[in-house]
Amino acid sequence: MLNLQPYADPKYFIILLVALLPLAIGLYFGKRLNWYEVVVSVIFIFLMFDGHKYHEGFALIGYIIWQWLLVWAYTLYRKKNNHAMVFYGAVVLGILPLVLVKIAPGAHWTHVTSLLGFLGISYLTFRSVAMIMETRDGAIKDFNPWLFLRFMLFMPTISSGPIDRYRRFIKDITTVPDRTKYISMLEKAVWYFFLGFLYKFIISHILVDELLPQITNFALQDAHLHNGWTWWLIPYMYTWGLDLFFDFAGYSLFAVATSYVMGIELPMNFNKPFLSKNLKDFWNRWHMSLSFWFRDYIFMRLVFLIMKKKWIKNRVTVSNIAYIVNMLIMGCWHGLHWYYIAYGLFQGVGMVINDAWLRYKKKHNFPHNKFTEALAIVITFNVVMVSFLLFSGFLDTLWFK
Amino acid sequence: MAVKEDVIDILNTIIGEDITDQMDDDFFDSGLLDSMATVELLLDLESKFDIQAPVSEFNRDEWNTPNKVIAKVESLIG
Repeated sequence: MLNLQPYADPKYFIILLVALLPLAIGLYFGKRLNWYEVVVSVIFIFLMFDGHKYHEGFALIGYIIWQWLLVWAYTLYRKKNNHAMVFYGAVVLGILPLVLVKIAPGAHWTHVTSLLGFLGISYLTFRSVAMIMETRDGAIKDFNPWLFLRFMLFMPTISSGPIDRYRRFIKDITTVPDRTKYISMLEKAVWYFFLGFLYKFIISHILVDELLPQITNFALQDAHLHNGWTWWLIPYMYTWGLDLFFDFAGYSLFAVATSYVMGIELPMNFNKPFLSKNLKDFWNRWHMSLSFWFRDYIFMRLVFLIMKKKWIKNRVTVSNIAYIVNMLIMGCWHGLHWYYIAYGLFQGVGMVINDAWLRYKKKHNFPHNKFTEALAIVITFNVVMVSFLLFSGFLDTLWFK
Repeated sequence: MAVKEDVIDILNTIIGEDITDQMDDDFFDSGLLDSMATVELLLDLESKFDIQAPVSEFNRDEWNTPNKVIAKVESLIG
């Protein structure tokens, strides 16, 4: 049976663009062919989860019904009442399927919870939990069952983001960009597709298929002789870290380009992250839709809560706690392995140190010139690469396997 | 225009410098305001003007310069 994984090979792009052509012609002439778009999306999602992946398809359907009922019920409740405990309960229920799936690998009841998992579950969870939070704040007032489904199941981003926001998305999907704007979106889409090909099918291919297997071999052999230490860790770190960028940025470019063709201005995910001048700057440029999600729904809300309730007075302490909590949750979100948690902790502590440094620098009028800026970029790049080495899980293979 | 002066006062205190000569500068781009300072701003505005300014209302494109913040506060009061 035909099974099409998103953006996996040239065939996919050809089928995708042919399928989207009528939609693009419609948008060019100022009409959004909603039904056509829905049918195409359903077919592509079906082809993602059919064949040997059918159980994931069922899990997706169950998951969507669950979130649909939850957000609907909470919106109904919120119109009449606003108790904090009900809100927290709704958030917990929203996260529950993801938690069950993520802790499953270590638990005894793996065979049960693994049935709940499907590719993209964590990205869908971000979307619905954000809706619950915005509904509580009164920013989303009504539940539109149809738009909810279109938002959750938006085809270009279903498996790995970028993570869009409901209010932004429905503004786009319920209107048509004017022709000048749509043409400029198509131009960008073409550029993003080709940049994505370069990133994913050339650079990432060389890094991960040509270089990495050899480096991994050398590292494992050498570490075996030297009690787990090897200098090969350094090339491994840079190769793996660079590949993480080119692979994921390439994928994100495809998703953004596809959604531009569909007349939706999906947010970008990367903005030259390796030119960041410090860690804070890095998180404004790296996997932006995720880091902004954590900023807006975890960091800012936690700070808001702590300061409003006056639990802690000192603002530096508040922000330090929020950084650590924020980054730890982000680490755990990748899965409950020691190296993901360590990665989260590393980033959290990194942000605390970074903030302290920025305060110190401001207070002491530190010299600022081209040289210090270049040095800052080099240091940040290397700190990030060390964190990616942790994140890669290679240390786990090297030391504990 | 008491609102304007009060907002400027709050911004000056949070940012730690006088912002009256950069009323249309994006303070997220310049790094003058970060997420932490933003929350302080929302809380200060809430208590000063008795308005509801939850985090969801905070759209960076609409709150990124002193003048825009003033306009936002005025619309939330009105």
